[in-house]
Amino acid sequence: MNQSHTADPKGAQAHARAMGGIRVEAMPTIPASAAGALPPGATPGAMLWEETIAAGGYAAKELARGARLRLVDLHGDACASMLVFNAERPVERLNVADTVKVQWNAYLGAGSMLLSDMGRALMSLVEDGAGTHDTFCGASSARSNAARYGSGDNWGPHPNARDRFLLATAKFGLGRRDIHPCVNWFKGVRIAPDGAVVLDHGPFAPGRALTLRAEMDIIVVLANCPHPLDPRPAYCVAPLRASAWRGAPTAPDDALRNASPEAQRAFLNVDEYYRR
Amino acid sequence: MTSNDAMPPLAGPVLHDEIIAARAPWDRIVRRGQTLRIIDLEGNQAVDFLMYRLDDDAERYSAQDTVAAQGNIFLRAGSVLLSSEGNPMARVTATAVAHHDTIGGACSCESNTLRYGFHTKAQHACVENFLHANSHHGLGKRDLVSNINWFMNVPVEPDGALGIVDGISAPGLYVDLRAEMDIVAVISNCPQINNPCNGFNPTPVRVVIAGAAD
Repeated sequence: MNQSHTADPKGAQAHARAMGGIRVEAMPTIPASAAGALPPGATPGAMLWEETIAAGGYAAKELARGARLRLVDLHGDACASMLVFNAERPVERLNVADTVKVQWNAYLGAGSMLLSDMGRALMSLVEDGAGTHDTFCGASSARSNAARYGSGDNWGPHPNARDRFLLATAKFGLGRRDIHPCVNWFKGVRIAPDGAVVLDHGPFAPGRALTLRAEMDIIVVLANCPHPLDPRPAYCVAPLRASAWRGAPTAPDDALRNASPEAQRAFLNVDEYYRR
Repeated sequence: MTSNDAMPPLAGPVLHDEIIAARAPWDRIVRRGQTLRIIDLEGNQAVDFLMYRLDDDAERYSAQDTVAAQGNIFLRAGSVLLSSEGNPMARVTATAVAHHDTIGGACSCESNTLRYGFHTKAQHACVENFLHANSHHGLGKRDLVSNINWFMNVPVEPDGALGIVDGISAPGLYVDLRAEMDIVAVISNCPQINNPCNGFNPTPVRVVIAGAAD
């Protein structure tokens, strides 16, 4: 006779509790101070977040001004689509057009700022070990994934980045109107002279990493789904690690802050915002 | 193209014909199947443009979806303008200008302070126009996304250098959009005076809506 172990609450409880120690690749480290992969310069006590985001997965985190966020393309095939909001007032958010226009350059790299629609630096890219990023193509959608993979739903095998954003932002009380144009880390897009979009989708060497600095109190949202132009017929994407730790807010003599008159004014605008 | 190129006749009855004053906002419902024609009356006048699905305005124009789908940053005749959900909202059925921009975004008081200095904070800007026009439809700041800049020239060079440079439009040149769904079309007739997008001199544009709804 096949006796179920979960036929009564006590049995179901024992069954549930027996799972508590399971480890998989894509999961958070709780507490973050127990992080298995301390980023360079981070101490266990300063850790705020360590999470491996699944292929097709998503995560979001509120970070204080000065915090560092390190993204690692663990297996060389992550595509980290990112939204950023002012945590205190999320109606202020990343503006990709202003980011490229104000900096007079569309290719993000070390020293780049991510600008809000209010003329402030939300984050800056303090270290870039990848060099292949994208400000043009945005997130995949249910429609684009259905066209390429046969399905794109959150509950299926081929989730799309936009619907991942939808779930992540909903947990902060935000919704469809708040899913703004994003940046894609680790997949490279360059523009040909005729305006054509040229994608370098890799896969790349495992372990490429970048480090961002929060210049305001922010909510950062990450979706890890195949780039919308990835031509490979399979749903090709690999886990992404996000790590964050406490850091000092950017000092007045910071090199990145003083690298251009536009950066100086973007940081002055941040200072004014926090003058209270 | 030159300003002598004749505009093709619009199919169907003219439903609306209006001059948008220099620096002004404008908004209007355009039904599926109708054509919205925008005419650059005096030449090199950037026309900042957004659109929203009429019956579900959380769905709106997406520059990134449009660029990804067509594999090119420039909007030209034949470009299909996609929504945030990947649905066709409108298509460029004809234009006398080689290409239009959708990566440069809209000027704002705040971004002007970064680009030109704090003395520009009080100057009128496209985001002000969008906020005003959107208020007629219950839309607000969170509904602003990367827009289209008709008649504006934003090249990207091999090193990624990008900028709003001298325009390639001319007096009387036009763009025709056929709505592929019922939309709220929103325009800011760009008031910028600190870069060449309007030839440093904002001017009026003309909009015509024609054709029967599908």
